[in-house]
Amino acid sequence: MLGGLYALFAMGLALMFGVMRLVNIAHGDCIVLAAFVAIGLALALPGAGPALLLAMVLPLMFAAGYVLQRGVLNRTLGKDILPPLLVTFGFSVILQNVLLEIFSADPRSLSAGGLESLSFALPGGIAVGWLPLVTFVAALALALALELLFARTRLGRAFRATSDDPEAAQLQGIDHRHVYALATALAFAVITVAGIFLALRTTVAPSDGPAYLLYAFEAVIIGGLGSFWGTLAGGLVLGVAQAIGFRLDPGWGILVGHLAFLVMLMLRPQGLFPRTRD
Amino acid sequence: MRTRLALAFALLAAAATMPWWVDSGTLRLFVEFACLLALAQMWNLLAGYGGMVSVGQQGYLGIGAYALLVLSDMAGFNPFLCVPLAGVIAALVAIPTSQAVFRLQGGYFAIGTWVVAESFRLIAANASAVGGGSGTSLIAMREFPRATREAITFWIALAVAAASIAALYWLLRSRHGLALTALRDSERAAASQGVDVGATKFWVYLIAAFGCGAVGALYFLMNLRISPDAAFGVNWTAFVIFIVVIGGIGTLEGPIIGTLVFFALRETLAGFGTWYLIALGALAVAVMVWFPRGLWGYVAARFDLHLFPIRRRL
Amino acid sequence: MSALLEARGLTAFYGDFQALFGIDFAVEPGEAVAIIGANGAGKSTFLKALTGLLPAAPECVRFEGAPIGGLRPAEIVRRGIAMVPEGRRLFPSLSVEENLMIGAHAGRAGPWSLRRVYELFPALEPLRAHPGNAISGGQQQMAAIGRALLANPRVLICDEISLGLAPLVVNAIYNSFPVMLREGLTLVVVEQDVGIAQRATHRLYCFQEGRVALQGQSGALTRDSISKAYFGT
Repeated sequence: MLGGLYALFAMGLALMFGVMRLVNIAHGDCIVLAAFVAIGLALALPGAGPALLLAMVLPLMFAAGYVLQRGVLNRTLGKDILPPLLVTFGFSVILQNVLLEIFSADPRSLSAGGLESLSFALPGGIAVGWLPLVTFVAALALALALELLFARTRLGRAFRATSDDPEAAQLQGIDHRHVYALATALAFAVITVAGIFLALRTTVAPSDGPAYLLYAFEAVIIGGLGSFWGTLAGGLVLGVAQAIGFRLDPGWGILVGHLAFLVMLMLRPQGLFPRTRD
Repeated sequence: MRTRLALAFALLAAAATMPWWVDSGTLRLFVEFACLLALAQMWNLLAGYGGMVSVGQQGYLGIGAYALLVLSDMAGFNPFLCVPLAGVIAALVAIPTSQAVFRLQGGYFAIGTWVVAESFRLIAANASAVGGGSGTSLIAMREFPRATREAITFWIALAVAAASIAALYWLLRSRHGLALTALRDSERAAASQGVDVGATKFWVYLIAAFGCGAVGALYFLMNLRISPDAAFGVNWTAFVIFIVVIGGIGTLEGPIIGTLVFFALRETLAGFGTWYLIALGALAVAVMVWFPRGLWGYVAARFDLHLFPIRRRL
Repeated sequence: MSALLEARGLTAFYGDFQALFGIDFAVEPGEAVAIIGANGAGKSTFLKALTGLLPAAPECVRFEGAPIGGLRPAEIVRRGIAMVPEGRRLFPSLSVEENLMIGAHAGRAGPWSLRRVYELFPALEPLRAHPGNAISGGQQQMAAIGRALLANPRVLICDEISLGLAPLVVNAIYNSFPVMLREGLTLVVVEQDVGIAQRATHRLYCFQEGRVALQGQSGALTRDSISKAYFGT
């Protein structure tokens, strides 16, 4: 049931791209960062459960995202696609190595007091893990929340308008610099949720970031641009593809995921549930 | 211009004598330098002139490396001949690959190329015939005495470095170069002027693949130990991106300057491990924010300097 | 008494290229003023400078007595100047109604509401759920005006609203002007159609190559004098 986790990975990426056409190459590394901040806090506060850790890390990452966008990334946005890509690439390298310095290369994880390995039985003899289920529910809830945010709220309208036409949006009184910063802050909040679920599920190492970027990206493309439900679906499909691959041969798991992505790209480049606007 | 050409040839001729008076370690360093320089020019061609930011060129580098392995160790080809052959094979792989990745734009194109490279890496890691995950050593070179091996590798490196610069220079001065510059500035505008955007991007992508494949073979002629992580590692692209960004995208001189800076940094910061990489990353970010045209771009614009005159003065 | 919105010696540049050479312009509360001129005369540039899309020296543009030159567009909207941009520029990702609602993003209080805009442009109400770009040109123009009205501005600037529209549609739109003026709005209109510019406004400016070539009462200016100023003969 990796799908739920991949959907969580993908949503932050889709959000930033949806509002600003910005691809954050450091996306996976930010997920790893969130995981390590939580792990670090867990080391400092031994009794803290994942919910408390989430509550603590969330505002930190939210603020970090806002400052990053407002302070650095806003300066790189413009007609040229290179600057934001290269700046976030630089951040990716910086993040990985800073984490390496602080935490060393040892993989670490978070504990939920044993809950992460619990499972319960469904009729028919299928055992469902507690953690994968919660992850999936979280992904579902986030997809719903983000869809509602974009479709029904003043901020969501501002997101869509600014994404369509930043200049015309300014003419309506929208401060596009603030809107972009909020989008990144929100994306970082989603990244935090993803990071914590990641650390609960498996061990995390500082150099794991790029792999997660690729999975997030594949989920977004498979699912289709422009809709968070699509991103959810894409995550699930990717999870299933990798699972099939692992069943065939442990070495083929991730490769089958890549192949599923490439096949989708060739056959239906718009993804499963595209919502085109232009 | 004639004097510059003569100077260039003189430099090349002088450099060609290096195997006779320079030690082994320096020769190897130069081969590495040439590899990164050629790679940087290829990436520069793709991104700086073709408008395509690829984070997957290491895929073709790896293909070149494994082509060398298969052709020389298994099929008995002369390993030195494999350098251009590896380039051709990489270019052949690029043909179907381009069909897939060209469906993506901008940042998503970048990650898409990365996925492709990773796929190549995983295939190699799962292919026990070429050593699987831990790789294998290149045996074909053992038939040559060490000094000969090093000298020929060096000369090939010299040729590859010079060729990458020369090819880019020639390409950009031709009408294709005008098309490329137009493409980089605006695909739509270029298309309306009759530039075949699709074909131009395709050929640029193929040339870059060829170059990276050749470099892949060249590098492992020197290195001799071929493994998926070494051949397909994304740090190739990371280093190349830093080189081109710091030196100056979209200029011919930029990658040369960038490679020099890169090696200077590496030699001076070698003992600092991760801090070296952090510094590199921070430098790239800083340059991109404040000097988006890189060190050379900034200098060239300020002092109107051009080592390689490409622009036609109207 | 200083004007509601005025420009004094306003210059504007696109990089090294100078587009405006010292524009003097003023509009009093309750007035409707037109700006006419050939393409490239600097009309749109002038509007961009007024609305903050182009940099301007602070003192060169004054609104309600305060300098606003160089302020960000969002801030200028907050203060009470709204623009209907050239080409309408409705947001395709938003429905017609959402486009109207986003006009109120700045949160200014005033007489304009969704209901009032639908009263002014009844043709829009049945289209409220359509995407912003899935309606006709005339309907888009009405929606764009409605969107700007919902910002409850004191000054409404309209950039080339007749462009690409049939005369009947243009007339219908301009017929809404008296209603707006009655609500206390002040209007600045950039127009290609000189005839309608004269009929719909109190005063008129003619721009030519970045300068004011002619100004006066809309009804009093002769065809001949306008022609001369327009083409610079």
